[in-house]
Amino acid sequence: MGAMHPPQTRGHAPARAPETAAAVPAPIHDAWLVIPLYNEGSVIGDVVRDALPTFPHIVCVDDGSSDDSIEQARAAGAVVLRHAVNLGQGAALQTGIEYAREQPSATYLVTFDADGQHQVSDAVAMVELARSEDVAIVFGSRFLDERTKPGLIKRIVLRAAVWFTNATTGLKLSDAHNGLRVLRRDAALAVDMKQDRMAHASEIVDQLAKSGLPWREAPVHVLYTDYSRGKGQSVWNSVNILVDLIFK
Amino acid sequence: MLIQVILILAVVVVTVMLTRSTANARHQAIRRLLLAGFVVAAVLAIIFPDALSVLANAVGVGRGTDLLLYALVIAFVSYIATSHRRSNQLSRKITLLTRELSLAEARLSAVDESVDRLEETTSAEARATEKP
Repeated sequence: MGAMHPPQTRGHAPARAPETAAAVPAPIHDAWLVIPLYNEGSVIGDVVRDALPTFPHIVCVDDGSSDDSIEQARAAGAVVLRHAVNLGQGAALQTGIEYAREQPSATYLVTFDADGQHQVSDAVAMVELARSEDVAIVFGSRFLDERTKPGLIKRIVLRAAVWFTNATTGLKLSDAHNGLRVLRRDAALAVDMKQDRMAHASEIVDQLAKSGLPWREAPVHVLYTDYSRGKGQSVWNSVNILVDLIFK
Repeated sequence: MLIQVILILAVVVVTVMLTRSTANARHQAIRRLLLAGFVVAAVLAIIFPDALSVLANAVGVGRGTDLLLYALVIAFVSYIATSHRRSNQLSRKITLLTRELSLAEARLSAVDESVDRLEETTSAEARATEKP
């Protein structure tokens, strides 16, 4: 995680703190970061503060967290939507997409994880790629370069997920369950996920494939911190995902 | 026999309980027809226990009780299937409801914020005109 930030006052703390003239890329005003949020109070503040100089529009969808995630995200300067009950990551993502695609400033939507696994610089590169190549969808992939180092079991499970997704959607992706994606507004309008839980990762690829819009993959670095390893979806979860997909 | 009386009473009670639920018209009609068939079959099976065995033998099952068990298994599995579907429909509704709620909340707070900002600017302007 980045450097520690001074404690923020609760409530309407304007987190747009003066940025030092470090190597911060120019802010991207026509993109919205969509972050599903569930019990990530200890990291979400830093994640939002990290991204805000580059992505001034951030919406976090709190999925009924029992900790202080909402306060942390709001204090850091994100728009926070709230699910009254816990529904699952897919449902939170769909709510965030529906909110963001209605915003007049949203030409691009970037789906981003709350736990600090994703790099803001990767997201910037993906938006630039979508813009320069004029594609509607950019999928992040951790297998396009050597930066990401998953364990052996995780690698096998992820490969199986890729195989399953490619077999069912007809796309040729190198990574399926990667939470970092860029959707142009027209692609975001094609997304209507009904899988509330983890199976949404295959469902969104399926719906985007059916939209027939042009797409690319971009290399991303997924940072496996001790924190994300402790929380990340276990291998058991892949069994649940498969069952969810078969018995819709 | 006493057991016949008890079983027929049980069938009547279950019938009354099942007819009290509501659903769409066609579904409800089909369920009621099936129920009527079930009642007749159950009462006949109770009054003429041998008839069940005859039926079982006709379809290649040894005893009437075994036939009953097979029918029960099928009924149980189809019950699981329908209740699974019903609970999926219910959770879909809860998802849509929760989503609408949170989007409505966001819209409301956006209105609140713009009202706050408007009030701030107007009060600032008022102060500015008060002391020229």
